[in-house]
This record gives sequence, C-alpha cells and structure tokens, in this order.
Amino acid sequence: MADVALPAQSIPTTSSSRAKALDRLRMGDVAFRILTRAAAITVLVLLGAVIVSLIDGSLPALRAFGLNFLVEERWNPVTERFGALAPIYGTLVTSVIAMAIAVPLGLLIAVFLTERCPIWLRRPIGIAIELLAGIPSIIYGIWGLFVFAPFLQQTLQPFLITVFGPVPVLSSLFEGPPYGIGVLTAGLILAIMVLPFITSISRDVFDAVPPVLKEAAYGVGCTTWEVVRHVVVPYTRVGVIGGVMLGLGRALGETMAVTFVIGNAHRISASILAPGTTISATIANEFTEAVGDLYTSSLIALGLILFVITFIVLAAARYMLMRIERRVG
Amino acid sequence: MRPLHTIALAGLFVAAGLMAAAALDISGAGATFPYPIYAKWADAYKKQTGVGLNYQSIGSGGGIKQIQANTVTFGASDMPLKGEDLDKNGLVQFPTVMGGVVAVVNLDGIKAGDVTLDGPTLAKIFLGEIKSWNDPSIQKLNAGVKLPSQAIVVVHRSDGSGTTFVFTDYLGKMHADWKSKVGSNTSVEWPVGIGAKGNEGVANNVAQTKGSVGYVEYAYAKQNKLTYTKLTNKDGKAVSPTIEAFTAAASSANWQSAPGFGLVLTNEAGAASWPISAATFILIHKQPKDPAAAAEALKFFDWTYTNGGKMAEELDYVPMPANVVTQIRKVWAEQIKDASGKPIFAMAH
Repeated sequence: MADVALPAQSIPTTSSSRAKALDRLRMGDVAFRILTRAAAITVLVLLGAVIVSLIDGSLPALRAFGLNFLVEERWNPVTERFGALAPIYGTLVTSVIAMAIAVPLGLLIAVFLTERCPIWLRRPIGIAIELLAGIPSIIYGIWGLFVFAPFLQQTLQPFLITVFGPVPVLSSLFEGPPYGIGVLTAGLILAIMVLPFITSISRDVFDAVPPVLKEAAYGVGCTTWEVVRHVVVPYTRVGVIGGVMLGLGRALGETMAVTFVIGNAHRISASILAPGTTISATIANEFTEAVGDLYTSSLIALGLILFVITFIVLAAARYMLMRIERRVG
Repeated sequence: MRPLHTIALAGLFVAAGLMAAAALDISGAGATFPYPIYAKWADAYKKQTGVGLNYQSIGSGGGIKQIQANTVTFGASDMPLKGEDLDKNGLVQFPTVMGGVVAVVNLDGIKAGDVTLDGPTLAKIFLGEIKSWNDPSIQKLNAGVKLPSQAIVVVHRSDGSGTTFVFTDYLGKMHADWKSKVGSNTSVEWPVGIGAKGNEGVANNVAQTKGSVGYVEYAYAKQNKLTYTKLTNKDGKAVSPTIEAFTAAASSANWQSAPGFGLVLTNEAGAASWPISAATFILIHKQPKDPAAAAEALKFFDWTYTNGGKMAEELDYVPMPANVVTQIRKVWAEQIKDASGKPIFAMAH
C-alpha cells in the first residue's frame, strides 16, 4: 500500500536513501503514536483531576458526618446537619421508573422499525426519535412544568389514586393529593429523555444482524416474535446493553428537567406521587446561595456520591458484558 | 526560542489589556435578586460617566467568597453578614435597595387582597399545623370572606434564595416553633410542601394547584398580577404590599442597631408598614487592595443613591430612605481607607 501511495519520483534508488525514507516514515509513526497517546492520557488526567477535587471538596463534610452522611435523611441548612439519603433515594427511584418505561418501549420501537415498519414510515419515525434526543433538557423541564405536570395532575394521578386506593401495598405507593409534580412525573420525563438513546442504538444494532440468519429462522417457520427473541436479541445483546447503559447514565445525571418537576423536597416518601429530590437537582438548586463551608462541602460530597454511583453502574455493565461474552465465546 | 518569545509577548499584551479594562470598569459579584436594578443603574451610569460595571450575578454565597478572596472590588449578598464575620474579614457592609416578599394564594373566587393573614397563622400553615382553608384561625382574620374547606398546599422555593431567608426570618419572629424547629436561612428544611425553582416556579405551581399558598418577591407578584394576600403588621393593621408600605417599614427601622446595617425588615413597627421586606447588601474591604477601584465603586453607589431612586421604582424595587443613605455615606467616610489611612470616599454632600 505504501509503495502505491508514494509519488513516483520519491521511490528511492540507493539503499541509503531508502533507509532514510523508511526512518522518516517510522518517525511519523512514532509521532502519531505519541499524539494519540497524549490525547488518551488527557482524558485520564481530566478524570483524575475531577476525582481529586471532588474528594478534596467533600472532605470537610465527610469528616464532620462520616459514613452517617450516606444514611441520614435530614438535610437542614440552618443547623448544618446534612444527610444524602433522600437525594440518593430520589436519584435511584426516578432512574428505575425511567428505565422501566423506556427500555421496553425503546426496544419495541426498534423492533418495529427494523422488522415490521413499511419503508416509507421508517425515515419519519427515525428522524422524530433523533430529534427527541436533540431537545435541550431545559426545554423538557419547562414543558414538564407548564404542560405535562398539569396534564398528569388531572388525568393519570387521580386515576392511579382511585384505582390503587383499595389495594393494600400499592395504595401507599400511589397515595396522596395529586400535585402534578413529584417523583413519578420526574421518572416519566426522564423516560422520554432516554428513549431516543435506547431506541436509536437498538435500531442500529438490530439492523446489523446478518439478514441470512433472520431469513433462515423465518424459513424454518419462526414468527416475528420468535425471530426477535431467539435471533436478533441474542445476536445484539452487547449493543443493546450499551444503549441501555448510556440511557441510564443520562437518567442518573439529568439535572434541569428533573429540578422543574420533582418537587424538590428532602423527604423519602413511600408514595411516588409525593415530591422528592435527586442529587443533581439538589446541587443545582442550592449551590449558588449556599453559605458556609460545611454546606458547600456537603453539596460537593453529593457530587462525589453521584460519581461513585455512575461508576458502579458502568462497572456492573462491563461485568455483565464480560460474562455474556465468556458464555457465548 | 522565538515562538516562546511571541507567546510571552502576546501574554503580556493580554494581561495589559485586562488591567486596562479593570481600571475602567468596576467589578462586583454576588446576589441575583438585585441584578436587574444593578444592570439598569450601570447602564445609565456608563452613559453619564463612561465607567462601566461588570457585575456577575452568581449568587450571594459566591459573592461573599469572591470578596473574601479579593478577586472583585465588591461582593453582594441578600443575607447580611453578622458583625463578627464583617470584622474577621475586614469588610464594610451597606444596603443598596430593598424589596418586599408577599404571600400568594390560589382559591376560587378570591382576588388579590381579598384574604388577610397574619404572621402566626402563616407560620402555622407553613409548619403544616393549619391544614385547611376554613380553619377557624384563618376565618377569624377574614370575617365576611367565604373560605372553602379545601386542603392547603404549601409551595416554597427549592433553590437557595434571599427571598426564602427573609420569609423564614419573618416566620421565626412570629412563631416560636418555627424558630426552634426550622429556623431561617437561604434554604431550610421545610416541614411540608413542594419546592419549586425560582419565583416563576413558585408562581406557576401556585397557579396550577387549587388551595395552594406560596411566597414570591413583590416585583414578581406585581408584574405577573398574582393573587397576593394582605398581612397584619406589628401594629395590628392589615396592609397591602405597596412601595409606600415597604418604605414605611424601612423608615421606622433602627438601622444603627445592627452592625453593617444588617437588618432584616421583618415585623417592623408602624401602622403603614408591610411586615416582610428586606434590603440587599454590598460588601467592600475596609482597606481595599486597590483603593482607586474601591473609590470608583463607592462613587457608583453614591450616584445610585442620588439618581437611582426612580429607576428602582420602575423595576418595583424600593430605594433606601434618605436618612439611611446619610448614615451609609458617613460610614464610608469614616471606615474605608487606603493604606496610609486616608479616607477613600470624601463626603461631597
């Protein structure tokens, strides 16, 4: 290949000039390798710097509260007693609600687009989903507050309260006055926000399944469900999990949209209609006017916790992928 | 070596440019609440004098940190610093402009000013002790008004805010339980209710939820025509929130009683006084690192006291009363000095 690319006059005639030319090429290679390595190391340095400054910033809070910080529900800026349990709980619950809705819905859309959709409809739906991903989160927040929350307040929430009211355990899950905003609303908004990630990645990997595999399955008489269940999904597992994890990462860290609709109360309620808070919403709400070292330090400690949660999620995803690959391979 | 020289030279030029800009513009950082009026004043001042103001509205906490770190000429805070904090950091504190806080409600058939509340009742509502609008203690204040038997939904600010500080300070003065259980700060541990971001968030949640009550800045309530309540003041009179009522509260207050004018104008005496209003504050070093810049900043604020009143009222802020301004100028002349001990601000008036 290199010979072909070289201009004719630079083809070396003597062995010394040939060695020189090779040296030059090798130098270029080395330089390129150093360049790419430096770029990669930059990421590590940045990440390290973020970790160090997060730990450094949260030291006063961790020193004052210790591990109690993780299990204390109270968050009182007046007495400077802080605990992260309510934001951690809110972060996890809203993300679980979001994933419980977005994963099945996203996969169904992706299956429809790749297996069942008429060609003329494929492009409009695909573009609509990618546009969803391009909407800034503040727009979701404003829409959630002004349009979505009042809608839920009048429709879904009263419905849930009356339907599940007489059911023993579920009644406490759907208890209380319909505020419109709350943990459930935040979860629903998050579901809409992560849907495009899951859908477009799943669609792309579903598209990559060799047609011959599917055709063979159809050939032996499989239904569409069986093809999807036994051919498409096993073949694309790694990619689908990647898309789900990307969506989960966004759901865990999403700030603006959640802040608008979650109700921002530092409380843990059994009911998912009640107001709650998340880690990033708390930081966004309170950081600007937080006066006092312990207060700001506690907010930074919340950031550190979110960082750790995200890390654990990513590590768990990697581990799952590794196990799948080992079993398959 | 040559490229290095070029970079160093370029750096010098940039630095020189920045210094030139710093010499021209006054730099400040802090509270978001007064930002609109500071921007308006700065605009008018620049047209008149050519000196601009670079004000970053990053929040009171940030403003306090930046003035302590000496990266700005003045800091701005909605919550006054305590006397010992001022002394520890060698800071002078003075108020620039005031605003009021009003309670807003959403009840069928109730218009702005129809309902009257008082401090203890408001505190009990926000403590969650009064749960329904037809509670006897509310009905007693509103003879002749038909109140529904509706659950009260409390809406409060979720973001840290000077408005919250003033409001909770008022509740603390009106009810011992509030003071001991909740206290007052830019954000507190709310016993009940839902949190909404910013004045617009509170207003919108109140507008959407029947039976709700919240608190917002007066300017925001007025510009958006929200349903405010009357409040009973210290003299037992039910008053409506107006510029006159805020000014009455400010004039009757004893500003010299608190170090650094650090008063919160809640529950002030006077028949016409609105019970929840507060000033926003400026922090400046007693012995500034750059006396020339500090002098420019003081000149700017001096100009706003003389010329800025009408502009403030246009934006529904309340100018400081004349007697307070005289005291502030006196403090400047007495306390803010350069390294040689010479006052930076000369009393021209």
